[in-house]
Amino acid sequence: MATVQVSEAEKVYILHGIRDDLRVDGRGCEDYRHMEIETDVVSNTDGSAKVTLGHTAVLVGIKAEIGKPRPLVPNEGYLEFFVDCSANATPEFEGRGGEELGTELSNTLYKVFNNKHSVDLKSLCICPGEHCWVLYVDVLLLQCDGNLYDAISVAIKAALFNTKIPRVHISTDEEGGKEIELSDDPYDCMRLNVENVPCIVTLCKVGHRHVVDATLQEKACSVASLIISVTHKGTVTCTRKVGGGSLDPESIFEMTEAGKRVGKALHAPLMKVLQQEEHLGKKKQKVGFLG
Amino acid sequence: ADSGEGRGHPGQVTSLSQGYMGHGTYVDEDKLTASVAGEVQRVDKLICVRPLKTRFNGEVGDVVVGRITEVQQKRWKVETNSRLDSVLLLSSVNLPGGELRRRSAEDELTMREYLQEGDLISAEVQSVFSDGALSLHTRSLKYGKLGQGVLVQLSPSLIKRQKTHFHNLPCGASIILGNNGFVWLYPTPGQQEEEAGGFYTSLEPVSLSDREVISRLRNCLLALSAHKVLLYDTSVLYCYESSLQHQVKDILKPEVMEEIVMLTQQKLLEQEG
Repeated sequence: MATVQVSEAEKVYILHGIRDDLRVDGRGCEDYRHMEIETDVVSNTDGSAKVTLGHTAVLVGIKAEIGKPRPLVPNEGYLEFFVDCSANATPEFEGRGGEELGTELSNTLYKVFNNKHSVDLKSLCICPGEHCWVLYVDVLLLQCDGNLYDAISVAIKAALFNTKIPRVHISTDEEGGKEIELSDDPYDCMRLNVENVPCIVTLCKVGHRHVVDATLQEKACSVASLIISVTHKGTVTCTRKVGGGSLDPESIFEMTEAGKRVGKALHAPLMKVLQQEEHLGKKKQKVGFLG
Repeated sequence: ADSGEGRGHPGQVTSLSQGYMGHGTYVDEDKLTASVAGEVQRVDKLICVRPLKTRFNGEVGDVVVGRITEVQQKRWKVETNSRLDSVLLLSSVNLPGGELRRRSAEDELTMREYLQEGDLISAEVQSVFSDGALSLHTRSLKYGKLGQGVLVQLSPSLIKRQKTHFHNLPCGASIILGNNGFVWLYPTPGQQEEEAGGFYTSLEPVSLSDREVISRLRNCLLALSAHKVLLYDTSVLYCYESSLQHQVKDILKPEVMEEIVMLTQQKLLEQEG
């Protein structure tokens, strides 16, 4: 991730501020920055979303393709994640520089979604054992200003909400082979239920306290972070610790509780905003990338 | 000779009469056209366009806030948002022991004890090298290593040139408006600390009320910069006063930002009118 240099005195200032629950930009320890979400920004995908959190900008595109289901679970579809750290974000990502971070992010996403409840995979089945929908989730990092995991998870949730998978009919032809027909109506599509899709909350340990949505300066003062993915009911689907420092088991417990609280509170306003945007329909003002 | 003749944007014809092509212009079918967006300046027959979005082009006497990037033999490299890293020579800093002390070999070896990579300093531009790099000096008690505070990085063209760039704002914090766009906010030092110079950085916790003032000023600076308002002590102060009705963390919301900046611009117009 992009790093900034901070002097010792600046670190002390940030540390004391977080201890008193007043961060450099006036936020409390559990406040997010201003977040903007726009769905349906990429026309040649089945679902897309762009999220801006402070200066971090993330673009997610979802394409649904027909594929063969996995042998162990013949009546389920699956998701494939790919994260691309573009050199647009920071010069460190030039060439193959962003590959390591991209792989780390993709692997975390696989872990987060690796359970039966996040996305209803059975609804992605077309013909058990033979055909199923494969959702290719492509994440593109446009700008890096800290807190990538949270922005990516919100963008994925918004893009999944926006995804329209065309309805298919299976018919058997004369020789007994199966034929897949797409319906003629372009608006006849299936939507996904994203109620249980988890959101990731990153908690950075700074001094003796933890902060949500750390800026790059605050990240430079922290030695370890905890990444928790939380559903709207408060269930934790995945936990990961990143960073070179160590975390006390007690503080891990505190941070997990805080993460559950913050994550749970994130889902309701997010769904409300997504549904409001959906209702605007044709009247929606497209902002896109030049706004 | 430096009077601004108005603004130009790329492709705009600056003047039909013959003039000499300066920086930021090109000749297109016998007409002198601007190639960058900025202020048109005319010196006799030389027409140049100074771009608005640019890296810091330092001149002698400018006050800058910079971050040390490297410690080299007898000098430090300082990042000042210019095309090249600026240079701070060992002979251009005040070392303990008096001003006229000869720089010894021991001083060279203990450079890192005074200024390390990542430290922030305030300095003045002493001269400009032939390749455009700036040579800085901190040979005055008001310059030197910076202690606790907040750095805000903005565009250099938004900082107004003034007689002094160090201000103790009445709201309870102090500000250094570096010409290179780096603005440093810090709690106003007490009486005795001012005499210590740049050697001793206090690591005592800053009080909560001072912190709030600094956070509010930081958000106000970002709001003014987002709306391209010229920054100087009066505009920052008016923005601070207009923002008092909102909570500090709300200032960065787009609607609130717009409201505050509009109030500030109104106040500034009233004052000048």
